[in-house]
Amino acid sequence: MSETTEHHDHGMSDAGYIKIALILAAITALEVSTYYVDFGPLFMPSLMIMMVVKFVMVVSYFMHLKFDSKIFSFLFYTGLALALFVYFAALATFKFFIA
Amino acid sequence: MADTALHAADHASDHGHHSSTGLSNNKLAMWLFLGSECLLFGGLISTYMLYRGRVSDGPHPSQIYDIPFTSVSSFVLLMSSLTMVLAVTSAQRHDDRRTNLWLTVTAVLGATFVGGQVYEFTTFIREGLGFTTSLFGSSFYTLTGFHGVHVSVGVIFLLSTMGIIKKNKITGNKAEVVELVGLYWHFVDIVWIIIFTLVYLIPA
Repeated sequence: MSETTEHHDHGMSDAGYIKIALILAAITALEVSTYYVDFGPLFMPSLMIMMVVKFVMVVSYFMHLKFDSKIFSFLFYTGLALALFVYFAALATFKFFIA
Repeated sequence: MADTALHAADHASDHGHHSSTGLSNNKLAMWLFLGSECLLFGGLISTYMLYRGRVSDGPHPSQIYDIPFTSVSSFVLLMSSLTMVLAVTSAQRHDDRRTNLWLTVTAVLGATFVGGQVYEFTTFIREGLGFTTSLFGSSFYTLTGFHGVHVSVGVIFLLSTMGIIKKNKITGNKAEVVELVGLYWHFVDIVWIIIFTLVYLIPA
C-alpha cells in the first residue's frame, strides 16, 4: 500500500472535515457571544475551554495528528509544552498572577 | 539487483526521502519547525499579557478593539483551514484541478485576513495607538504583526505551490508538498485561535 493511500485511509472524508469546520464555527460563535452576554464567573473558564477545544480539533483533525505517527505528536507537543513553560515562567517572574 | 535499485529510486522519488523511522524527513522537519514556532509565539503572547495593561499614553485595549470586525476575520481564517484540508485531500486523490481550486480559495481567504489586519492597524494608528505610544501598543503590534507576517508567508507558499503544480515541477510526492504547506497554514490558524481569545476576548 502506498503512503498516499495509507494516509488517506487513516484520514477523514471531505464531509467529515466539513462537519469539523461547522463545529469550529459554532464554537467561535459561542466565543463571540461572551462579548455580548454576561457569563458571570463562567466567562474566563468557558473561553479557555473553547480555545483549547478549537486548538485540539484543528491539530488533531485538520493537521492529522490524531491519525499520524506519534513521533509528530511528540515533536509538536514538546514545543508546545516548552512554550507554555516559557509563558508561565515569564508571567510568574513579573508577578502577573499575584497582581 | 538493478531492478531492485531502480524500484527503490522510483519509490524515493514518489514519496520523498524517509528517515530510519520510516517517516518522511520533510514532515519530521516541518513538525519540528512548528514545535519551535510555538516557543516564538509563546514568548510574544506572554509579553503581550504582561504589557497589555501598561498604557501610559494613548487608548486602552477596550477602547479600540472592534470585536465584531475581528470575529469576522477569525471566521475567515478558520474557514481557510477547511479549504486547505480539502486541498490536501484533493492532492491525495491526484486531482490537480480541485487542488488548485482549494489552494486558490485558501490564498484568497488568507489575503482577506491580512487585508483586515492592515485595515485594523491603520484604524488603530488613526485613533492614536502607534507602535511606540505605549507598552500595550508595542506588544500588540509585535504579536499580531508577527502573526500577520506568518499568514502573508503562508499565502506566498500557497501561490508558489499552485505555480509548481501547474508547471508540473514537483519531483517527489505532490500530496506531501501540499500537506506540508497545509501544516504551516493550520499552524497560523491555531495561533490565531489563541490570540483571538487571549488578546481580543479577554479584557485587560
